[in-house]
Amino acid sequence: MAKVIVLTSGKGGVGKTTSAAAIASGLALRGKRTVVIDFDVGLRNLDLIMGCERRVVFDFINVINGDAKLNQALIKDKRNDNLYVFPTSQTRDKEALKRDGVERVLEELKDNFDYIVCDSPAGIEHGAITALYFADSAIIVTNPEVSSVRDSDRIIGILASKSRRAEHNLEPVQVHLLLTRYSLERVKKGEMLSVEDVKEILSIPLLGVIPESETVLKASNTGTPVVFDEESPAGRAYLDAVARFVGEQREMRFLQPGRRSIFRSLFGRA
Amino acid sequence: MRLLDLLFPERRNSAVIAKDRLKIVLAHERASRDAPEFLPALQKDLLEVVGRYVEIRDDTLRVNVGKSSDTSLLEINVEIDRSMFKPVNNAAPVMPRPIPAARLDRESPAPWVKQS
Repeated sequence: MAKVIVLTSGKGGVGKTTSAAAIASGLALRGKRTVVIDFDVGLRNLDLIMGCERRVVFDFINVINGDAKLNQALIKDKRNDNLYVFPTSQTRDKEALKRDGVERVLEELKDNFDYIVCDSPAGIEHGAITALYFADSAIIVTNPEVSSVRDSDRIIGILASKSRRAEHNLEPVQVHLLLTRYSLERVKKGEMLSVEDVKEILSIPLLGVIPESETVLKASNTGTPVVFDEESPAGRAYLDAVARFVGEQREMRFLQPGRRSIFRSLFGRA
Repeated sequence: MRLLDLLFPERRNSAVIAKDRLKIVLAHERASRDAPEFLPALQKDLLEVVGRYVEIRDDTLRVNVGKSSDTSLLEINVEIDRSMFKPVNNAAPVMPRPIPAARLDRESPAPWVKQS
C-alpha cells in the first residue's frame, strides 16, 4: 500500500522543499517508486529545486480540474527512473486545491507509487491543511530556533486534530522530527538549541539532523537534490534519514565533532 | 569570552534562555489548544457576572480545564483587589434565602437536641 508523507513546518524558509526533494530522491535511490508533489499553489518552487522547471506543461490543478491526465502532468526525473515530480500551478491560488479533487488524484497515484511525498506550503491556511490532511506520515521540518520550534508544535497539534486520520478516528499520523540547518559548533558555544533540547520540547521521534552546509545552496543553484551530491554532509544526513524512515537503524552522524573540529580545538579557541 | 565569564559567572547562555522560554509558551499554548470550545464564552459570561460586584480586567479572570487520569477539572481563577469592590446595589436582586421550617419556632429546641 502506498504511503503518503507530508513535509510540513508551519514556518516558512526552514527547508521544506529542499527536504522534500532530498527525501523523495533518497527513497527513489533505494528503489522505491516515488512521486513528489508541490502543494504550494501560486508559489511553485519544487520544479526549480528538482531541476525540471523547463519541462512543466500541465500541473496539479489542471489534473484536479480534469483539464489534463495524470501522466501528462507527471515529470519523470532524468537522474532516477523511480522518481517523478508533480508540479503545481504558478498562476492559480491555493483555494484551487479542492479536497475531494486532491483525494481523487492521490488515490490514482497510490496505484502507481510506493511513496507520495507532499511538499506543504508554509502557514496553517487552506493549502497547508490540504497538504497534511491525507498524510499517513508527517516529517516536521524544524530549525533549532524559537519561532520554528513553536510553529512545529502548532503543526503537530493540527496533525493530531485536523488530519483525515484524526477526523476518522484512525491510527494517528506518524510524526517525525527532521532538524535542519544544525550547527554543532554553535550548539557547543551555547548559541543554538541542541537536538536534545528540540526533542525534549516537541517530544516526537527524531528522524534526522541535517547539518548547515554550503552544499545545500549549491544543490538548489543547480537544481540537483542534495542527496545526489556524494561529497555533501547534508546529502549523507538526508540519506541516513531516509534509511531510518524505511526502518533501518542508523547512528546519528554529524553530532560529534569531526576532524575539522579537532583541529580547531587544538589551534583555535578552547 | 573568558573575561565575560569571569565578570558574569552565572550568565546563562542564549540557548538555555531559548529552551526555557519555549517550554513556558508551549505549555500555555498546548493547554488552550486542548480546551473545550465553550471556554471563551464561559469566560465572557463570568467576567460580566463577577464584574457586577468587583472592578475586574479581562486578564485577571482565567478559565482552564485541567485533566488528570479520568477526571476533568474546571478551574476558574479570579484575581481581585479589595479596593476594587463595588457597592452591593450593582448586583442583580438576590432572593432571600429560605429559612428551614424546623428552625422557625425558636422556643422549641432543634430536632437533633436530646430532650432530657
